[in-house]
Amino acid sequence: MNLQFDILVVDDEQVIIDSVIKIAKMEDVSIDSALDVPTALIKLETNNYNLIFSDIMMPGMDGFQFLQEIAQRKIKTPVIITTGYSTLDNTVKALYYGAVGFIPKPFSFDELSSIIKRGLRYNALLKKMEEDSSALFFIPCPPKYLRLGFSSWLAENYDSTVLLGTTDILLKLIESIEKVELLNVDDGLKQGNECAKIFAEDGLIHTIYSSVTGRILEVNEKLLSNPKLIEKDPYFEGWIYRVLPSDLENEKSQLISCSSD
Amino acid sequence: MFQKIAFKLILVVSITSISIIGIYSYFNIKSQSEVLLSEVERHANQLSETVKNSTRYDMLLNQRERIQEIINTIGQDKAISSVRIMNKEGIIIYSTNKNDIGELLDKNAESCYVCHAKDEPIERLEIKDRTRIFKLFPDSSRIMGIINPIYNEKSCWESECHAHPEEATVLGVLDVSFQLDKVDAQIEVNKLRELLFALISITAIGLVIGFFVKRWLDKPIKELLKATDQIAVGNFNYTIPTKRNDELGRLGISFNKMTKKLEDMKQQIFQSDKMASLGQLAAGVAHEINNPLTGVLTYSSFLLKRTKDNPEMQEDLNVIVRETLRSREIIKGLLDFARQSVPKKNKTDIHEVIERANKVVINQLKIKQITLTTNFGDMLPQIVADANQIQQVILNLLLNAIDAIEKKDGKIVVTTSEISLSPKGITHIKEAVCNKNHSLLDADYKLEGTPSIRLKVKANGTEGFINLDPIYGRHKHYFGLSINKKSSIDLKCPQCNITLIDKTKTCPECGGPIYRIPIPKMGFLEGCASFNDEWQSWDAVDFGGDKKFIEIKIEDNGCGIPPENLNKIFDPFFSTKGQKGNGLGLSVIWGIVDNHDGTIIVKSEVGMGTTFIIRLPE
Repeated sequence: MNLQFDILVVDDEQVIIDSVIKIAKMEDVSIDSALDVPTALIKLETNNYNLIFSDIMMPGMDGFQFLQEIAQRKIKTPVIITTGYSTLDNTVKALYYGAVGFIPKPFSFDELSSIIKRGLRYNALLKKMEEDSSALFFIPCPPKYLRLGFSSWLAENYDSTVLLGTTDILLKLIESIEKVELLNVDDGLKQGNECAKIFAEDGLIHTIYSSVTGRILEVNEKLLSNPKLIEKDPYFEGWIYRVLPSDLENEKSQLISCSSD
Repeated sequence: MFQKIAFKLILVVSITSISIIGIYSYFNIKSQSEVLLSEVERHANQLSETVKNSTRYDMLLNQRERIQEIINTIGQDKAISSVRIMNKEGIIIYSTNKNDIGELLDKNAESCYVCHAKDEPIERLEIKDRTRIFKLFPDSSRIMGIINPIYNEKSCWESECHAHPEEATVLGVLDVSFQLDKVDAQIEVNKLRELLFALISITAIGLVIGFFVKRWLDKPIKELLKATDQIAVGNFNYTIPTKRNDELGRLGISFNKMTKKLEDMKQQIFQSDKMASLGQLAAGVAHEINNPLTGVLTYSSFLLKRTKDNPEMQEDLNVIVRETLRSREIIKGLLDFARQSVPKKNKTDIHEVIERANKVVINQLKIKQITLTTNFGDMLPQIVADANQIQQVILNLLLNAIDAIEKKDGKIVVTTSEISLSPKGITHIKEAVCNKNHSLLDADYKLEGTPSIRLKVKANGTEGFINLDPIYGRHKHYFGLSINKKSSIDLKCPQCNITLIDKTKTCPECGGPIYRIPIPKMGFLEGCASFNDEWQSWDAVDFGGDKKFIEIKIEDNGCGIPPENLNKIFDPFFSTKGQKGNGLGLSVIWGIVDNHDGTIIVKSEVGMGTTFIIRLPE
């Protein structure tokens, strides 16, 4: 009974499952589905999946409990979290509990396919790493940095400002960058809110969620003329914003320390 | 009734007046009776002396018949009950009553007892001791008896009859008795009169007190009770008439103040409740609607991919995708509203936004037969704005206009233009500090919704506060104390007392002192500190010259807004649509426009229509 699927969709709404199936068909991706978390866990025991796509609010166990359960059972399959109640808290919490991506409902065809592709690529990356543990497939973010999932990192400066950028893993999961769309100086940032968009050469758009709340003091102008700079040096020269944080101490507890990677 | 204060008060006053008048009457009657009796006593005494004196000569001559005759004559007076003369042995010698003559009186008889109560008889008697009041029979009227001892005198033992020895002190006793029935009758009349007076005055006091208590206490208390009952059932708009200036009148005034405060608090609680439930509602709606919306969005975008060779269908599908994306933004906006998020500003063509909003209401316009005209200005520049939020603003204003039009041939005109406005009168001073960096903004005292600038002021030796208008050049300052505009004045930071007067400069209009308030990152705000004239200067703003705005005017010929509601329409939850509206519309609109550093103005005339003017900075 060991079946192989690309994606396991877990959602209590059939229309969501149907929507994902519709899009998956276009992309030639195989789909299995479960209407609740216990069913999904049973399926995970017997079948093999490359990616899990799960809702948060479901009867019985919710998406966060599902994430914890997956971590406990040492299931390596990456998880993408979606929700109709897309608060910043939910975004941050999902990424903190180990989701590789977050996508708020309702999503369009392109948004869903870009995040699914990223998820599948991540899984492929994990498999490659298993095969060849000596090779370095991505640069981990430096110790002392903190990160919001794989979406964005945060580095504290001595002058009480912080730098924000995106992780190399995320960059390895997307096609080469065509352009970036950034906010302006003096705009407000909120932890968990969208803060930048990366347009890849394959036409997919990837959203970066902010790791910190505060005011943008400086935007890395070099990125606008030379977006490839992020790929070259994501942790130093390729920073995105310099931010004056407003609630740093609190928010740090929501982030994953890079020294544990 | 017995629990009422008025009744208790009347009862207490009545009991007190009954006691006082009662006690007064009692003593009054008593003293009147005593006066009357002592008058009678004095009279009796006189009479007794007269009898004694008029019989004296006859006694000396021992003419007994004449004595008896005199006594008889005196005894004829109706007021006199009897006249008797006893000798030393107690034998009645003369009497108006012939039967008594020769009778021996016992020492214990009431007329003898006064002197013979002790073993040794008293020889001298005080006048007050000589009288006694008694009744012959229990039902007969009172009688006053007066005894008058007849003392031995030289002429008695020297007279010819030699009837009395020289050693005797008292020779006999003259006893005159008076009828007291008339006096008693008089006393009775007095008592009755007193009683009547007491009754009348108690009733009068009761009535007068009752009348005024009813007027001064009962009625206002009833009004207060009525008001508390109204408040108990939740009617905070009930006010007590407060014509009176006594304590209850003042109580009424403070009661009205209290109800107003309660009303405000109720509103606030109601609002925060509404906000909380709105948050929950938003969460619920977001979750519930986002799932079906996902279906719409994915399926329509899926169809869009599959029909690339059918441009007609693509166009229609694009509308579905675009509008679904807008719904997504609206729901996100709903969630963001609860979290007060910042607008996502991009270069926006305002005409495109207006056209999109117009398309949404096209059906409603058709149903109500309203003509919508657009007068777009030429070559308007793009502005940096959140297109979705601005579309929401226009859409809401259009929907309000449609709701306001009831008659036929309704008209809505949307006009856009580019205008230049002097920064004076529109630039909002959002920060102001003293030279030691203390913030001067006073969020507790707002002028037309924006926190004012609070300064300590010292003029003519008195200290107070001024709240400066936070709109540069508008001059709707609030003076916490009256200032003689020609007097010397000192303006200080309320926190550290550092002066804000710039002594190196004078007002170019009146030559008086000027204030100089640091505005962080924006230089200094200067102005005439004697408030003689309206000179104000703010270089950072003035050098920028006139500011350019895009003005969007939405006019309707609907029912209009009554003047009393005009300044309330932007309050959260103010609604005239009753159940139909949720009261959020215009306050959200105000919030969005304010977030864009814009202004929104409303002009309206009942029956003629309403015009909303939105100005967004370029």
